[in-house]
Amino acid sequence: MRYVVCVKQVPETSDVRINPETHTLIREGAAAILNPFDNYAIEEALRMREKLGGKVTVLTMGPPQAEAVLREAIAMGADEGILVSDRAFAGSDTWATSYTLAMAIRKIGDASVILCGKQASDGDTAQVGPGIAAHLELPQVTYVRKIEAMDEHRLVAERLLENGYEAIETPLPCVLTVVKELNEPRLPSLKGKLAAKKAVLTHWKAEDLACDPRLIGLDGSPTKVVKIFTPPPRAGGQVLTGEPDAVVTQLVEKLKDAVLAAGR
Amino acid sequence: MTDPIRIINEKCVRCGACVRACPFDAITQADRKSFPVIDLQKCTLCGACVQACKFDAIEMRESCAPLTDLSAFRDVWVFAEQHEGRLHSVTFELLGEGRKLAQSIQMKVCAVLLGHQVEPLSKELFARGADRVYLVDRPDLAHYQDEAYAAVLVELIRRHKPNVFLSGATTVGRSLVSRVAVPTRAGLTADCTGLAIDPATGNLLQTRPAFGGNIMATIIAPNARPQMATVRPKVMKEQAPDPTRTGELVVEAMADEIVRARARRVRFVPEVESTVSIADANIIVAGGRGLQKPENFALLRQLAETLGAGVGASRAAVDANWIAYSHQVGQTGKTVCPKIYFAIGISGQIQHLAGMSSSDIIVAINKDPDAPIFKVATYGIVGDLFAIIPKLTAAFQKMLAK
Repeated sequence: MRYVVCVKQVPETSDVRINPETHTLIREGAAAILNPFDNYAIEEALRMREKLGGKVTVLTMGPPQAEAVLREAIAMGADEGILVSDRAFAGSDTWATSYTLAMAIRKIGDASVILCGKQASDGDTAQVGPGIAAHLELPQVTYVRKIEAMDEHRLVAERLLENGYEAIETPLPCVLTVVKELNEPRLPSLKGKLAAKKAVLTHWKAEDLACDPRLIGLDGSPTKVVKIFTPPPRAGGQVLTGEPDAVVTQLVEKLKDAVLAAGR
Repeated sequence: MTDPIRIINEKCVRCGACVRACPFDAITQADRKSFPVIDLQKCTLCGACVQACKFDAIEMRESCAPLTDLSAFRDVWVFAEQHEGRLHSVTFELLGEGRKLAQSIQMKVCAVLLGHQVEPLSKELFARGADRVYLVDRPDLAHYQDEAYAAVLVELIRRHKPNVFLSGATTVGRSLVSRVAVPTRAGLTADCTGLAIDPATGNLLQTRPAFGGNIMATIIAPNARPQMATVRPKVMKEQAPDPTRTGELVVEAMADEIVRARARRVRFVPEVESTVSIADANIIVAGGRGLQKPENFALLRQLAETLGAGVGASRAAVDANWIAYSHQVGQTGKTVCPKIYFAIGISGQIQHLAGMSSSDIIVAINKDPDAPIFKVATYGIVGDLFAIIPKLTAAFQKMLAK
């Protein structure tokens, strides 16, 4: 059994601020972290390995410094890390990214389960996980909140929906994207940290993956960002003051129309 | 392969304007004597530097040539999301928005309806603005299923070549179209909050929040069709239904092997606990650490029931096991944009704001006057929520009883 976890290094979003004068993002000292949802994917892969044996491979696409998130996963207990990095990948949108990761997973060859966080906290698209499944023509279960049952050939996963959840049975190999409810990720052990320090990571470039050059990077990306701007600031807020009875009366008056329009 | 973006040193005066303009810290300049350098690993090709450069010293390569004959792609399609024979309200919002887009480029609005015994829903789709409904009705499509639904949509797109394809940015929509975009080589943008057609090029201008809503990005797919987007629910305006409106119903046959799926639904368990799902709610009453203990969520539930609202929660409340994860609003929970969002005892960490700051009206009730939630609040009350909420519930009950 091999579990491939796709992870991403993202800026620690809480550090992103907007400079009110230049309207650019201020990221001074903004740390790069492992995408929060990926923690749950790594943890679940480790649990699968504990149950069924096998190997956990962590895969990321990004700049050389993205090695840090691979080492973080190894510190948690993953067996090996692969960094896919090449200038040719610059400008990749979710189509090209999922293609590139799918090509890397093909090269790995024997993946039984491919796990991703439900989305990355910087792009928030949630498109890469299903994109990988589509490129590899594998079944997928998104928004997984629990693995109910699993053996070498199949698994049953609970998928979180807006109005409840559904249990889905799928043969392996398959792609899962996971939500936070799934588990509580372990902290790295001392042994893990040492292993992470010493681990020799695999580096793959575009040519190692036999990528079609028309399908990677800018050329492979159907979408293109044409403008970046700050959202208009929220209209100035109003502070209501006074005794509870007085503020409640004021607030109800202000919200009356909106509450009625929202419909019961 | 040439780099997609480069600085032309012969034109560059080393003024540093591009360094300051880059939202992603991707351009560095060691000192005023050195030329700036673009870090391609960080660059998103947003073009901010190209616009900022007064000397035309930054050149961005156009992306790939058209993949196919774009003019063959016509009409605006809307995925009609239905569960158990009921259409999701986002479908109506998309039909409303789709009509506006279609009129601006003289195209038709078509709904794509998949399911079993769902033909009666086509009347509702016509009434809400569809000119045509493509219907695929089969027992094996009775429940939503990623593989089968995606395969059917891919086939329909190949048959009819839509120009624009919209779906709700719901759990189903986001899982589904991400899969459809791959084999159709479509441009896909997630979770849009603004759509328009550029009259000069016919490109769909897709605007969406990024970095938790701190910045907005407008995205196009100039050389790919269909132009696909998932659209955040509750943002677009639905059209009032016109029951006299009719349209063309096109029943599509589908070969068995297309619909075959390996994964299958074993069971569905509806959530019984919450009043209204926060994803669908027009009003959300959300609580955080300020509630002090789980029992106090009852106060919020009473207010929510009075208003027909959904109950939300901050990460702190969910991590303390006061309420289930499905209620969590914010970066590691759900992104919502109701008409009214009550943040009660929620301090407003940036991760929480990322999930709710696009709500129409935000009401913040918190005892700490310095809580960051007040910065985004439309109406802020500094005070004791335990004194205020019961009175607020009673006042709304009185108002709504009239």
